[in-house]
Parts: sequence; structure tokens; C-alpha cells
Amino acid sequence: MLGEGLLKGLAETARNFVGSYVSKERLTTVEYPDERIPTAENARVFPFLVYDGSDWQAGMRCVACQICEKECPPKCIYIEKSKDKKPDYVGKQQFYPTRFDIDISVCMSCQICVEVCPFEAIKMDTQFELATYDRFGGLLMDREQLSRSNEYYHNIHPTEASEVDAHLAEEKVKVEAKAAAAAPAAAKPPAAAPAAKPEAATSAAAAPKAALAMPTPEAEASAAKPAALEEAPPAGGKD
Amino acid sequence: MSGVFYFISAVTVAGALAAVLLRNTIHCALALAVAFAGLALLFLSLDAQFVGFVQILVYIGAVVILVVFAILLTRDSEAPNQGVYSRTWLAGLVITAAVFAFLAWAVLASLPGLPRRAVAPAASVQDIGNALMTRYVLPLEIIAVLLTAATIGAVIVAMHEKARSK
Amino acid sequence: MAATIDQIFVIFANWVGGFFPAAWHAAVVDVLGVIGIVSVFPALFALTTVLERKGLGRMQNRLGPNRVGPAGFLQPVADGIKSLTKEDVVPFTANGIMHFLAPLVLVVTVFMGFAVLPVGRHMQLVDMDAGLLFFFAMGAATELSVFMAGWSSHNKYSILGAMRAIAQMISYEVPMLLSAVAVVMIVGSLSLPDIVSMQDQYSGVWPHWFIFTPWGFAAFLIFAIAATSESNRSPFDLPEGESEIVAGYHTEYSGFKFALFFLGEYLAMFALSGLGVTLFLGGWAAPFSFLSFIPSWIWFFAKVMLSIAVFIWLRGTFPRLRQDQLMNFAWKFVLPMALLDLVVTGIWRFLGPGWQQWVVCSLILIAAYVVMGRTAFAVKHFGPRRYRYAE
Repeated sequence: MLGEGLLKGLAETARNFVGSYVSKERLTTVEYPDERIPTAENARVFPFLVYDGSDWQAGMRCVACQICEKECPPKCIYIEKSKDKKPDYVGKQQFYPTRFDIDISVCMSCQICVEVCPFEAIKMDTQFELATYDRFGGLLMDREQLSRSNEYYHNIHPTEASEVDAHLAEEKVKVEAKAAAAAPAAAKPPAAAPAAKPEAATSAAAAPKAALAMPTPEAEASAAKPAALEEAPPAGGKD
Repeated sequence: MSGVFYFISAVTVAGALAAVLLRNTIHCALALAVAFAGLALLFLSLDAQFVGFVQILVYIGAVVILVVFAILLTRDSEAPNQGVYSRTWLAGLVITAAVFAFLAWAVLASLPGLPRRAVAPAASVQDIGNALMTRYVLPLEIIAVLLTAATIGAVIVAMHEKARSK
Repeated sequence: MAATIDQIFVIFANWVGGFFPAAWHAAVVDVLGVIGIVSVFPALFALTTVLERKGLGRMQNRLGPNRVGPAGFLQPVADGIKSLTKEDVVPFTANGIMHFLAPLVLVVTVFMGFAVLPVGRHMQLVDMDAGLLFFFAMGAATELSVFMAGWSSHNKYSILGAMRAIAQMISYEVPMLLSAVAVVMIVGSLSLPDIVSMQDQYSGVWPHWFIFTPWGFAAFLIFAIAATSESNRSPFDLPEGESEIVAGYHTEYSGFKFALFFLGEYLAMFALSGLGVTLFLGGWAAPFSFLSFIPSWIWFFAKVMLSIAVFIWLRGTFPRLRQDQLMNFAWKFVLPMALLDLVVTGIWRFLGPGWQQWVVCSLILIAAYVVMGRTAFAVKHFGPRRYRYAE
């Protein structure tokens, strides 16, 4: 009650004042935009589309499945699917988006599109200095503006990108293993092939609208297997 | 010097008239402050420094504030728009004229007793202090007791009101 | 040589006055003094706004303004341009004349207070017999402008802020006057140059400033608290705290009128600092006798800047006091201590020079402070809350 608290308070502010000239921890101001602190690794701002390789159209991972468009809470993604297909990273023929627009003035950076994408095609970017004077479309990014290479992804989110690459490599290995496992079966006598052709036709028709188009040698290899038991698991597995 | 005197007295009289004739009570209080300031200037022009400054300090700094607070705390915030002339203005005028005549007679009759010019060493603060402490100590103490009684009375009235409205 | 630099402004003013006929000499010297005051103190105001913002920033672990000019020191120029070019908004129901006059009254009365401050040796504008009283009279007149500003805005919060501000200013005026009266008791004169001359003596190297005496130290503390409150400075700035009541009595002022209020408040701070320096810190006297070659006006302004730095320090440290805490503090602690200080000053003078006066006065003051500190603020009735007007 005698004012010691007042004097302690004065000493603390004096320490702050003097310390701000000598030590960095007493002056934590970052003079943006002259100085910048690096963003954290798991910072997220707006989405971007990942492409492998150097051609953004050929290497784009997005297959226009439109799951992110449906899951987006403010509905800021607009996708138009193509009519033809192009091969993806394992060689399968996939659709691709002819139009992929994200209105980043609407996007709320919730990352749901990233979480639901089964193809690791859309990831979160860290760029936030996107202010523009154009009110009527300056913040509507089309698929060319949204595409960034996998190297860029590695730059901004190294840990995540390594995990994604590992996962995709695994998938590729699995697919190649299946292809290799099915290859010797394809070397079986082609005599079974004509007899298996109607079966192949029925099994191809019986297989419901598979989201995946099967590569031709595999279908023939699976159809060539004489036992129906051996046929069903691969067909069911590929569904 | 007389030009200054006329100017200051014109200001004082104008302030006093405004204090009586204006409609808005707050304006009247502020016009009263102007009249007090005029009085202080008159004191200063007569070399009565102590009284002049005390006039500003006490009257303008405290009495006008008191008047203003009293108006604010006891009236509605609406400024009255009707006139403030009362119906008995004739009687008031007669009484005012009588008081003025009496004061004027008192002042003019005492003029021969005063020196023609202001005495060179005006009453300094030290002389006033000496006089208050030696010759006029009894009135000083009585005034002090009076002020203390007023303060205590105000506190008691406020405390009773607080206790009663609990 | 040192004496010449010390008196250089006086010599200059008299030299300029020499060009005019003898009847006008004094008036010219006075006018030059007025020009000096009107130019120096607003320039000091501009410097203080930057220093305050940067100082507060450093105390709060951040930079202050640093974009305009070198290290941000041209910020007041930018602020001045801003306040001059802002639209002057006057509320429709506001009382036009009073709304216009309030900042003018404030600035005029505060400038008048500078007339009696002895800025240097023989460097006060007017040497009045009752200089201290004149200063306090001008201080009392500033309350009127606060009320005018608050009431003329026709705004509930303005009136509330104005009434709080006036109540605060009146409450702290009494201890301020009493602490100044303690000084007058020792010096025997109300004239400020006399007060400074009496502090311009040295015993050995040590100066005879009144702050180095027990009663002077207590009086200085009381004066400092009261001065902080009179100029509505933190921690007593409830009437104008931005988070409390928007801006209190100057809510409805914009543009240059607001700048005038700001100017008036800071000038009041300077005037009160100047008075505190004059009364307790030796005015223009040097701290040690071997430093008296430095001109007197440099010492005065150095001490005023030091007290402004302390004001800024206080602002950056303490939380705001609530209105009732403020008034309690004034009437229940500061005023009794001020009265006791008067008694102790009398005892000091009565005991005469020697060691007794130091010991007795210090003991009385310290004992009173400890007793009051323990009793006046230790009692808290924590019970069911009693409301005064709500049913």
C-alpha cells in the first residue's frame, strides 16, 4: 500500500524502454513491407493445383472428379470436365478439367477441398499479397493461374510434399506390381483368349460404371484367367 | 486611463445585463463569468493585483462552475424557450432604482475622503497578509469557521440523502 | 562570456527595442517576449507529440512513428496538415458560438499562464508581485472552457465527460495550491523569480532546491500528482479516455478545433511542468555550482523536458483511475497529506537551521504516509452491493 507496486511498474517500463534499443526481444516489431518474417510451414491461404513435370496441362493431377466443388462450403470452385482423357502419373487415362475457377475473394481457406481430394491434386498455397484494384474478376483465378509445379509445392510445404510424393510413389509401385503380376498371366496360351472374349465382353459389361478406365492389357489379362474366382477379385478390386 | 475604464465597465455592464436578460440559463451563467472578468480587470486597472487575481480564481474558477453545475444538475436539459420577464417588473424596477440611488449616494459622498491619485505602492500581497493575520484575524477565522460549517453541512445533507434513498 | 549567452535573449530584445522611441521600448520588449513564447512552446508541443508516441511505443515493445522524416520526427507536420484539412463538423443542435469559443478560451488562458514563468535569469515576461496567484487564476479559468466544450456539444457523453473533468480539476486544485503555498511560506513571496533566486544558492556543490528538503519532496509529489490530474493526463484521463467515453468533452470537435484542444492540453502540461520546476526543482538554476556556466534557459528547458519525460513514463506505466477512485484519492489522501505538509513546513521554519528540522520533519511525513497508506486504502467493504438510485 505504500507505492512499491507503482515503483516496480515504473521500473518495468523503464526496462522495456531501454531494452528496446539494445535487445531484439524487447522490440518485436517487423517493419512490413520492408522486412518480412517467413511464413510458417503449415500456413495456408488459398488453394492451387499441383502439376508434375514441366507442362502444366499434361502433368496436372486433377481429374475433374468435382468432389472439391461439391464439398466447398462457400462454393467458390467451378469445374468443367473435359470430354476426352489424358494419361495420369501412372499412365491411366483420366478426365481433366477444361475449366477450374476458384474465386479467392469467396474462399475461406478452410482446406476442405484439400482434405477430400483423392488425387492429391489441390493443395494450399501460402501467398497472401494478392490485393488488386480490379474489382470484377481480379480475384477469380482460372486453372492456369492456379497451377503450380510440384517443385513449388516442395518449396513451400516440404514435409507435406515429401509425404504426398511418397504416397503417390507407393501407389505407382502397387499399380506397376499388379501390372507385372498380370503380365505373366497374359503370357498364358492365347488359345484361351477367343473363348475368353465373350466372357471379357460380359465381364466388361458386368463391371459397373467404373470410375477408373482399365488399361487394355490388364482387362485382357484378367479376362484371360480361366478361373472365375481369380477374375472376380481383380474386377472387384478395380471397381 | 479613463478610456480603458469605460471599456472595461461597458463589458461588465453588458455581461451583467446579459446574465439577467438571456433566455438560456447556461448562457446567463457564462455572461456572469464575463461580468466577473470585467470586475477583475477593473481591480487590476486599480493596481489591486491580489484582489483581481483572487476574483478570477474564486469567482470565475469556482463560483461560475458551481452555478453551472447547479443549473445542470437541477434542470431539464431542454433550454427554456419562453421569456423570463415576470409580471411584477415595475416593482422590481422601482426597487432596483432605489438601491442604485442609495449606492451611488454612498459612493459619491465618500469621494472627497479618497486621495486623488492611486497611492504609488499599491497594497502588496505581503501587506494584505500582514493585515489579515494581525488586524483582521478574527473575521478571517470566523469566515473559515463559516466555510467549514457550510462544507460539513453539504456533506451531511448528501449523506442523509444517500442513506434515505438506500 | 557565459553571462552574455545566458542573457542573450534579453540583450537581443533590448537591442531591438532600442530602434523604437523610448515610450515604446517596454512594449516592444514585451511583444518580442510574447512572440518568443508563442513560437517556442508550440514548437515544443510538436516535438513532444512525436517524443511521446515514440517513447510510449518503445515502452510497449514497439516502434513509434518512423515514416515521416528522419526517424519520424516530422510527424507533427503531417499531423498539422491533417488537422487543418479535415472537415470541421459541428453538430446541428450544438450551440454555435460556445462551440466555437471553447477551444479559443482554453488556448488563450493557458498561454496567459506562461507569462509569469521565469524561463531564465531575468527572463520572465511579466514580473508580478502575485505571479503565482496569477498562474493559478489562469488555471482555474481553463475549467470554464472545458465546461463550455462539453455542454455546447449537446451530447450526453460530452456533458458527462466535461462534468467529470471539472470535478477532477477542482478536486486536485486544492492540493496543488496548498503544496505551492508551502513553498511560499518558506520564500515569503508570491513572485516566481524570487522563488527561483532563493533556490539559486549552493552549500558547497549541492543546490538548495526545495525538492531536496523533506517538506519540499512531499510537496513536489503532491504537486506532481495534482498537475497530472489538472491536465487530464494518464492515469487521470478518464474524462478523455478513448475507450471510456469516446473522447469526453471534445468528442464533437474535429479538425483544427480538436488540434487546439490537444494543443491546450499539452500547453497546460508544459505550464504546470514549468511551474513545478520553478517551485521545486530550482527553475533556471544549475544542479551543481560548477555547472552554472551553462545558460539558465537551457537548464529550465532541460528540466521541463525531464518532467515531460516523466509524464510520458507515467502514461505508459499506469492504468487509468476510475472516477470515484480518483476523487477518493484526492480528498482522502492527497488533501490531508497537503495539509500536513503545510504544518510540517511551519515546523521546519520554526525549528530553524540544524539537524533537528531534517529529522523531525522527515519522521512526521514518513509516519503520516505509512499510516495513511495502510488505513485509507486497506479498508474494503466487500458485501452485497448497494445501489444508490436504482431500485
